[in-house]
Amino acid sequence: MKAENYIKLEFPARSVNEGFARAAAAAFVSQLDPTLTELGDIKTAVSEAVTNAVVHAYPEEIGVVQLRLRILPGGELEIMVKDRGTGIPDVERARTPLYTTGGEDRSGMGFTIMEGFMDKLRVRSIPGRGTTVTMRRKLQRRG
Amino acid sequence: MQTFSFYSDGRLTVRFCGELDHAAAASAMRAVAEAAGEYLPRTCVLDLSGLTFMDSSGIAVILRAQRLLNHTGAALTVQSPPEQARRVLELAGLSKLLEQPKQQRREVGSI
Repeated sequence: MKAENYIKLEFPARSVNEGFARAAAAAFVSQLDPTLTELGDIKTAVSEAVTNAVVHAYPEEIGVVQLRLRILPGGELEIMVKDRGTGIPDVERARTPLYTTGGEDRSGMGFTIMEGFMDKLRVRSIPGRGTTVTMRRKLQRRG
Repeated sequence: MQTFSFYSDGRLTVRFCGELDHAAAASAMRAVAEAAGEYLPRTCVLDLSGLTFMDSSGIAVILRAQRLLNHTGAALTVQSPPEQARRVLELAGLSKLLEQPKQQRREVGSI
C-alpha cells in the first residue's frame, strides 16, 4: 500500500532515545489532527516497542533501532520498529501478558499494551537476525 | 522525572512528576523503597497526577512497590492518574488499585 507520507529514523538502542522516539512519533502524527487519547495511545505503543528493542535486542552491544511511521490512504497510521538483534525465540510466549525475561524492571505488559492500543499488531522475529514489530491504527477523521 | 515524598499519620505519599518510562523506572522505584524504608507507613499512595507520560515501566514500578509494601503489611493505592496513564493502568488490570476520590470515600464511610 502506497504511503501518503512517512518518516524513517535510526538511533542507537539507548534508553535515553525512548523518549525521543515517542516525541518524534507524536510530532509526525500531529498532521493527522489526532485526539489526545489517540496521541497518548500512539506514544505509548511506540514507547513499548522501542523499549523492548532497547532492553532485549542487544545484550552485548549498543545496536541500531529503526522507527518508521507511514500514513496510509484513509488516515491509517502504520508504525514499524525494527532491530537486528538477538530475536525472540518464541513470539507467542513473549506476547503472553505478564511474561518477561527482563527481570523486575519489566512488567511483561508491553505487547499487551501495544495490542490494546493499536488495531493491528504483527511481530516477526528470527533468532540471531532481529525483530520487526508492525502496528496499525486508524485515526478518526474530525471536522 | 522527579519524585516527592510526604508522610503524615501513617500515610506515605510518593508523587511522580514527568515521564515514567524505562529510563526513569529505576529511580522511581528507588524513591519508593527509600521512603517506605524510612517511614514504615501503614498505607502508601503513589500520586500520579504530575505524570506527563507513563508506559508499562510504570506498571512494573507499581507491582514492585506493591510487593515491597506487602512485606511490611502496608497497603498500596494509586491516585489521580492523567488520562494516558489511566488507560495504561486499565489495560494492565490495575484499576483496582486506584484510590476513590475523597468525596466518594466520605460518602461510603457515612453509610
